[in-house]
Amino acid sequence: MAVPAAVGQHGVVTIPSLSDETLRSMLTAMLSSRVYSQRVFNLQRQGRAGTNAPVDGSEAILAGVEHALDPSEDWVLPQYRELVGLERFGTDVLDRYVLYALGHPEGGHIPEPTRVWPPQISLATQVPHAVGLAWGMKARSEPGCVLVFLGDGSTSEGDFYEACNFAGVLDAPVIVVVVNNGWAISTPIARQTRAKNFAEKSHAFGIPGVTVDGTDAIAVYEAIADARSRAVAGAGPTLVECVTYRLGPHTTADDPTRYVPGDELAAARERDPIVVMTSELERRGLWTAADTETTLAAADARMDAAVRAGEAMAVDQVELFDHVYAEHTPRLADQRARFLADRGGVS
Amino acid sequence: MSLASDAAATRTMTMLEAINHTLHAEMARDDRVMVFGEDVAANGGVFRATEGLLDAFGEDRVVDTPLAEAVIAGTAVGLAAAGMVPVPEIQFLGFSYQAFHQIAGQVARLRYRTRGRFDVPITIRAPFGGGVRTPELHSESLEAQYANIPGLKIVLPASAADAKGLLATAIRDPDPVLFLEPLRGYRMLRDEVPLGEHLVPFGEARTVMGADDPADDDVVVFAWSFMVEMSRRAAELLADEGIRVRVVDLRTLVPLDVDTIRTCVEAIGRVVVVQEAPETNGFASELIATINDEAFYSLEAPVARVSGYDAPYPVGQLEDSYVPDAGRIAAAIRRTAGAA
Ligand SMILES: Cc1ncc(C[n+]2csc(CCOP(=O)(O)OP(=O)(O)O)c2C)c(N)n1
Ligand SMILES: [Mg+2]
Repeated sequence: MAVPAAVGQHGVVTIPSLSDETLRSMLTAMLSSRVYSQRVFNLQRQGRAGTNAPVDGSEAILAGVEHALDPSEDWVLPQYRELVGLERFGTDVLDRYVLYALGHPEGGHIPEPTRVWPPQISLATQVPHAVGLAWGMKARSEPGCVLVFLGDGSTSEGDFYEACNFAGVLDAPVIVVVVNNGWAISTPIARQTRAKNFAEKSHAFGIPGVTVDGTDAIAVYEAIADARSRAVAGAGPTLVECVTYRLGPHTTADDPTRYVPGDELAAARERDPIVVMTSELERRGLWTAADTETTLAAADARMDAAVRAGEAMAVDQVELFDHVYAEHTPRLADQRARFLADRGGVS
Repeated sequence: MSLASDAAATRTMTMLEAINHTLHAEMARDDRVMVFGEDVAANGGVFRATEGLLDAFGEDRVVDTPLAEAVIAGTAVGLAAAGMVPVPEIQFLGFSYQAFHQIAGQVARLRYRTRGRFDVPITIRAPFGGGVRTPELHSESLEAQYANIPGLKIVLPASAADAKGLLATAIRDPDPVLFLEPLRGYRMLRDEVPLGEHLVPFGEARTVMGADDPADDDVVVFAWSFMVEMSRRAAELLADEGIRVRVVDLRTLVPLDVDTIRTCVEAIGRVVVVQEAPETNGFASELIATINDEAFYSLEAPVARVSGYDAPYPVGQLEDSYVPDAGRIAAAIRRTAGAA
C-alpha cells in the first residue's frame, strides 16, 4: 500500500485519495465481516460454538483500519469483536477466530507471519501490551506501528489510562482506537464518563486525539492513515475515537431489548455502516446490487470452508498441558503422565 | 444449622433465585446496604442475580458503575468508612485480577492498619468456576489466592439455602467477605430455601451425606462450592459398590471448621479432598496440612487430592478433561477406600 509521505509541522499529513479498487475492497470487507460474524453467532445458537460478540455496527471501522495499515509492518491488537474484519492481514485471522469460537485451543494461535493478536477478554489489558510492542519496535528501529482496539466501556479501566500516559512519554508508535458503540453490555457511555467524548481524554496524556464517524469507512481510513504516518515518522501516539452504534446484542448471551431504547436503535440503523458505504459507492458508480450478491455468496462459501476445516480439526485432550511453559516442569510432566494413564494411554 | 428460622415456610429456588431473594431481603432490612458493579442495575446483572433491585431500592442504592474493577473494590473501602454496607459485584472472579491491589492490599487490611477504627462490612460477590463453556478468564477458581490474604473471609455456598443463609451472614458481618458463587450451580442447584430470617454461621461445615455416626462411613470427602455436588454424585456411584462415603461441604474456607474436619478424620481415617483449582498451592493443600496437624495419627491411608491440573483454565473443547468430574472423584475415593 501507499504510505502517506509528508508529515506537516503539526502532524498534519496529506492522505492519498483512495483508489476505486481500495474503496471496493473496503465495502467487500465490510459485507464479508458481517456475514462471518452472523455465521459464528449462528454456530453458538446451534450449540456448535461458545459465547461470541457480533460485529454489527463496527464494519466500517474495521475496513478503514485494515486498509490504512500495512499488514507487512504493522500489528493489530484486537479486543474481541474485530477478528472477523481483519482479513487483509491474512486468512489465518478468520480461520483461527472460527477455531476460537469453536473452543479449540489453536484458536488462540494466529501463526506467523500474520501480525494480529488473538481476542482479548480481559478488557483494556491489551493497551499496555500494544504500547510495549510499539516501544520494542522503536527500540529495535523496526518500521511500522501498532494499532490497538478497545471499547468505550474499556476506557474506564486503569490499564487504558496508564498505557496511554506512558505511550505519550515514550512517543511510542501506537494508535489507540476507541470503538465507541454506545454500550458496554447494558451500560451506556453516559455512565462511563462525563467527558464530552473519548478523544478528549488525549489531552490528559498530551497526545493528539480525534473523533471520527465510525459509520463512515472513508473517514476512519483517513484518520488512521494520518495517525499512522505520524507514528511511523516518530511523532508518537494518537487516540482515535470511532463513533458508531452497536446494532446487535452484546454477545450471544445478551438480551439488549431489556435496555437499548428502540428509537435509538432504529435511528442508528439508518446509519448502518454497510448501507452508508453501499450507497456512497453506488453513487460513485463503483458498486451495484449484483456486487453485493456476489460478495455475500463468496463470504458464505469462505465461511463454509472455515467451519468445515475448524470442525474437522481434532483436539487431543492432552493438549491442555501444552504451552504452559516452554518445557513441562517435572511436576506438570507427572500430572500429564497420570492424565494419560488414567485414560488408558489415550486421550 | 441455622441460627434462627422464625418462619417455617420454604420455597424451592435455584441458587440464583436465592441470591436475588436475599439481596432484596437484606436491602429491605438495612438501608445502608448498597449494591453496585458492572451491569447490576438496569440489566439486573448478567445472570439476573440483582434483578429487580433497582426498581425496589432506587438508583442511589443500586448503581451501575463504570467498567473498572479496581474502583469498584476501592470505593467499597471508602463507602464502608462512611458508614454504608457495600455489596459490590465483580462480574466474573477472573476480573478481580483488575481489583487485586484494592482487595488484597486495601479491603483486607483496612481494619488492621487503622487498628480497628473502621469496620469493613464489605461483601464482594463474584461468580466463578467452570463447565459452562465461557470465554477466557471467566472460569478460574481463585479461592486459594484470596484465602492467603489475612483479613478476608472466604465463603462458597453449595446449595440455594446456604446461598441465602451465608449471604445474609456475610452482609451483616463486620469483616470483608469474598462471596463466591458457582456459575455452574446458578440454575442447576435447586433446593428448599427458608423464606424468613435464615442465617448460616461462618465456620460450620455441612454434612451433605453420610451415616448418623461418622464411624460407619468408609471415606470422607471434603469439598466446597460446585465440587460438593460433583462429590455427591461420585458418592452415589460408589453406593452400589458398597463404599460408604461421607461428603462434607466446608462452606467457608476462612474461617475453617477445623473441629468437623478433625472429628471426621478421627472417626473415618480415610480422606479425599476435592477442588476445581489447579493442584499446586490450592486450598486442598492447606486442608491436608491441617489434617496432618490435627489428626495425623488417625489416618489409615494417604489423603488423596482431586484437582484441576497445573495449567491455565482451558478452552471449551478441553475443559471437561480439566475440571474434576464424578468419575475422577469416584476413582480417588475407591483408591483411598482400598489403600492399605
Ligand atoms: C476486566 C474485565 N471486566 C469485565 C469484563 C466483562 N465484560 C465483557 S465485555 C464487557 C463490556 C465491554 O464494553 P466495551 O468496552 O464498550 O466493548 P464492546 O463490547 O461494546 O465492544 C464487560 C463488562 C471483562 N471481559 N473484562
Ligand atoms: Mg462499547
